[in-house]
Amino acid sequence: MELKVSGLACARGGAILLEGVSFALAPGQALVLRGPNGSGKTTLLRTLAGLQPPVAGEIAVAPESMAYAAHADGLKPTLTVAENLAFWAALHGRRSMATALEAFELTELAGRMAQNLSAGQKRRLGLARLLVTGRPIWILDEPTVSLDATAVALFARTVRAHLAEGGIAVLATHIDLGLPEAETLDLMPFRARPAAGAERSGFDEAVE
Amino acid sequence: MNALLLRDLKLAIRAGGGFGLALAFFLIVVTLVPFGVGPDTALLSRIAPGILWLGALLACLLSLDRIFALDREDGSLDLLATAPIPLEGVVAVKALAHWLTTGLPLTLAAPGFGLLLNLAPGAYLWLTLGLALGTPALSVIGAFGAALTVGLKRGGLLLSLLVLPLYMPTLIFGAEATRRGAEGIAASTPLALLAAISLFAVALLPFAAAAALRVNLR
Repeated sequence: MELKVSGLACARGGAILLEGVSFALAPGQALVLRGPNGSGKTTLLRTLAGLQPPVAGEIAVAPESMAYAAHADGLKPTLTVAENLAFWAALHGRRSMATALEAFELTELAGRMAQNLSAGQKRRLGLARLLVTGRPIWILDEPTVSLDATAVALFARTVRAHLAEGGIAVLATHIDLGLPEAETLDLMPFRARPAAGAERSGFDEAVE
Repeated sequence: MNALLLRDLKLAIRAGGGFGLALAFFLIVVTLVPFGVGPDTALLSRIAPGILWLGALLACLLSLDRIFALDREDGSLDLLATAPIPLEGVVAVKALAHWLTTGLPLTLAAPGFGLLLNLAPGAYLWLTLGLALGTPALSVIGAFGAALTVGLKRGGLLLSLLVLPLYMPTLIFGAEATRRGAEGIAASTPLALLAAISLFAVALLPFAAAAALRVNLR
């Protein structure tokens, strides 16, 4: 399966942020999106994941093959680690979550309530969810926030294993991921020019 | 789908899940009424159908904003939207979980609460039947309202303003069925209308709610 994106434009809050984004990723490839805050990394990832429709352009892969992980981990504080993970596994029609727990060294924490986890442990659990979805394309937004160096290495190892199995990963970050082999895409050249400003009527001035 | 239903039920009975809140609220409303209107049993008996239905309505309203707001806050809603089950199914399952944790307990407890208001003996059956047929509509309409207001910070008040007018038909026919039961007249017509409202809501509103969620997720 190949992830092919051509001429993609995406908007947030009605303002077009990115235009003409095109790239193609073969199985086993990872792409790291770079750009300063507000450059549209999250918006692009949400568009790829199918959470919002693109303004223009095409994504040549069905959203059903993508697993999305964002800043919020989607954990329920009053469920245990195992219950949280088992829910997502069942939702994606899978039984086994032992490998996912192992990959992020969560096996010992399986019986603990998610509300008693540290920020880094929560993040690891959120990332372990990717493994139980069984989907080939991972769309990751700042995956290593609040992870320590050991956990970042765990994460890099898991992503490599995923790529080795023919998976694809698109990651947005501005810190080091420990994935030197990944290609990078700088979003700055795709930033939409604020041409819409010329069309604004006087009524918008109060909002500005 | 089963996994989602089980998770929501589990969350409801865990700490802070709100299970029992609606029942306790219903009990307090029903207990407060005799203090407000005085211990005149004939008067209480006459207003009981209306008070019981109003109490059930308000108790149901209390937990509506939890249906989607919590999932939105912790990011689960984004993940549910990208999961392999359709968003319409998510809405339907969440409304079902809400009904199982509020509407159903209210229906089962209502006869006991009727006793507190000196409800006429003939009305108990119709009260229970009416609530069983009418409360699914309350949950589904509520889920629709919750989907509309999910993106708003502290949208609870707006949710009440949106949803309460939509509850009016259910309230009218529900209270009417109970009143007819109390007076010993046939109550099948308002019951049929109650069932019709519920079926209509269950059939259509999950689609409307899913559309509202999609817009709010953007």
